[in-house]
Amino acid sequence: MLEIRNLRKYFPIKGGIFQRKAINFVKAVDNVSFSVKKGETLALVGESGCGKTTLGRTILRLIEPTSGSIFFNTPSEILREIDALTEKVRRNSATKDEVERLNKLNLTYNIALRDEKGLKNLRKEMQIVFQDPLSSLDPRMTIRETLSEPLKIHEHLRKEEIEDRVLELLKSVGLKEEHMHRYPHEFSGGQRQRICILRAISLKPKFMVLDEPTSALDVSVQAQILNLLKRLQREFNLTYLFITHDLSVVRFMSTRVAVMYLGKIVEMAPTEELFNNPLHPCTRSLLEAVPIPEPTTRRKKLIIEGDVPSPVNPPSGCRFHTRCPYATEACSKEEPPLIEVSPEHLVACPLADKLKKS
Amino acid sequence: MREKPLLEIKGLKTYFYTYEGTVKALHNVNITINEGEIFGLVGETGCGKSVTALSTMRLIESPGKIVGGEILFQGEDLTKLSEEEMQKIRGNKISMIFQDPMASLNPLMKIGKQIAEVLEVHQKHYDKNELRQRILNILRMVRLPSPERIMESYPFELSGGMRQRVMIAMMLSTNPKLLIADEPTTALDVTIQAQILRILKEMKEKLNISIWLITHDLGVVAETCDRVCVMYAGNVVECADVVEIFKNPLHPYTKGLLKAIPSVNRRVEELNTIPGSVPNLINPPPGCRFHPRCSKRTEICDKVEPKSIQVSENHTVSCHLYSNGG
Repeated sequence: MLEIRNLRKYFPIKGGIFQRKAINFVKAVDNVSFSVKKGETLALVGESGCGKTTLGRTILRLIEPTSGSIFFNTPSEILREIDALTEKVRRNSATKDEVERLNKLNLTYNIALRDEKGLKNLRKEMQIVFQDPLSSLDPRMTIRETLSEPLKIHEHLRKEEIEDRVLELLKSVGLKEEHMHRYPHEFSGGQRQRICILRAISLKPKFMVLDEPTSALDVSVQAQILNLLKRLQREFNLTYLFITHDLSVVRFMSTRVAVMYLGKIVEMAPTEELFNNPLHPCTRSLLEAVPIPEPTTRRKKLIIEGDVPSPVNPPSGCRFHTRCPYATEACSKEEPPLIEVSPEHLVACPLADKLKKS
Repeated sequence: MREKPLLEIKGLKTYFYTYEGTVKALHNVNITINEGEIFGLVGETGCGKSVTALSTMRLIESPGKIVGGEILFQGEDLTKLSEEEMQKIRGNKISMIFQDPMASLNPLMKIGKQIAEVLEVHQKHYDKNELRQRILNILRMVRLPSPERIMESYPFELSGGMRQRVMIAMMLSTNPKLLIADEPTTALDVTIQAQILRILKEMKEKLNISIWLITHDLGVVAETCDRVCVMYAGNVVECADVVEIFKNPLHPYTKGLLKAIPSVNRRVEELNTIPGSVPNLINPPPGCRFHPRCSKRTEICDKVEPKSIQVSENHTVSCHLYSNGG
């Protein structure tokens, strides 16, 4: 359903007398490729600063990508044609017609190249829910106004129809008619997040980015929201990109997981496979660091030392090598590619095979 | 075996007098912290965990006020001390670290100088060389790499985990008996959180201090604490050994909370939820404050406030379900 190819986002660091010159770049997302299948929940996990939020927002074009392609709901034969043509262009063996054809296809299907007008239709299909519901709701708009805005812009409904839809939406998540005329500050955190979710699904999107939707909430409220998200996914056949740093939530919510470290995907696998058989040392250290609410199973942990290095000058070779307990000399020289080690299980670590056996 | 209590909070009541009414933030809170243990206080946002700690430090500011109860620290009632006497306890005998270390550190002062200030205020005057050595030692103790460089750094030059380690070092520099850590790892990544929790455990062993860990994360509690109390809406609802509370939770709230956590160890299809939300503490529900959300409530629950019941040697619970001998 969603195909991401070699996506990059570099933020310039401005320098010079008038702060005009870019003296360096923060490589927030660096050459990331993956796909999201219809109806699945792909979880994007990683430590803070690894680029997971930037990636999520770049896909929706809330942040302009530096380079790379994003294809959404593109027929697979078109995708194959684009791939074949791109390969030809890369090898400099394409004819003039073929180059033109590729450009035309890219302009039609590649979201990364769309202009504002072309994006507007897409907004109906792709939505996002942010971490902090209070800052993503307008404090001066009542809930009725907030929820009717997308319907006004995209569906051009009449006033009464909008009223009915808003009421229907509110009821579907356990809110009442009287809540329509209240302002965001009058709600609790969990209620606010439910309103944000409603606003996102009011246009019946097909794909949703959930950017840490429960990180600001207490566990009992988190449970309510997560259950709600799962229910909505079933009812509307939604596809989620679930961004989080909490691995226990990942196991509950997702069908597939991608682990990021410093702007790169280091491991990707179906959820159960990843939890039962984590291969990349980065994934392992993340998993082992999660505190488990079972005091009888207190374990000796693999606690990795140090902090996440700066993404401005990421370490050479494998970016994790500075913190990796298994790092060899080769790790600091060559950047390991993402390789499929078993069906659907991709990992970017040359030692993964050895670690698997040990 | 009966441990020696270091801090005993008895019937503590802290109210906040706001325009909208009196917020009864703490209502008869009873907590005991023993010597040499890591004590965990868990609960959700707004349940009064931080207010309990701040009351203990006597850092509650207007419109808040401690209106009743005793806080016995080494047998001395902290609520009766004058501000001057309290200053000798704060920092010297009881220290506290907070969630956001950046807000606790002076952004314009180098780390070394800030620690020096703490030492000079609370302890004696050191000569220059001695002071430097002492600061370096403290920084090494919390596993900070290249302490010489860190001494010369400003807080913004350090990462979140390093800042929190500096805070721990600073607070332990005066050899307190009790360290209160209020959500010390909430703002940190799991890998960094594991590092900080390990340091706290090491410090407890090395310095033989008690640590009072305030958190909302039951995983953190399970991995670090020896004993736990669970708070809900200004009440302590259950206290027990860490193993006991996870194996045999009694209060319906504790049970609900434990079932609401998704697990990394296995996949579940649906999470248990506690219906409703935390009550407003200006008009808390009568009787047991949890009764409107409780699935096991009976007639008595909205009339009589439950008392704390000793169900076994190290397990107390405040719930009517267990009032007939459990």
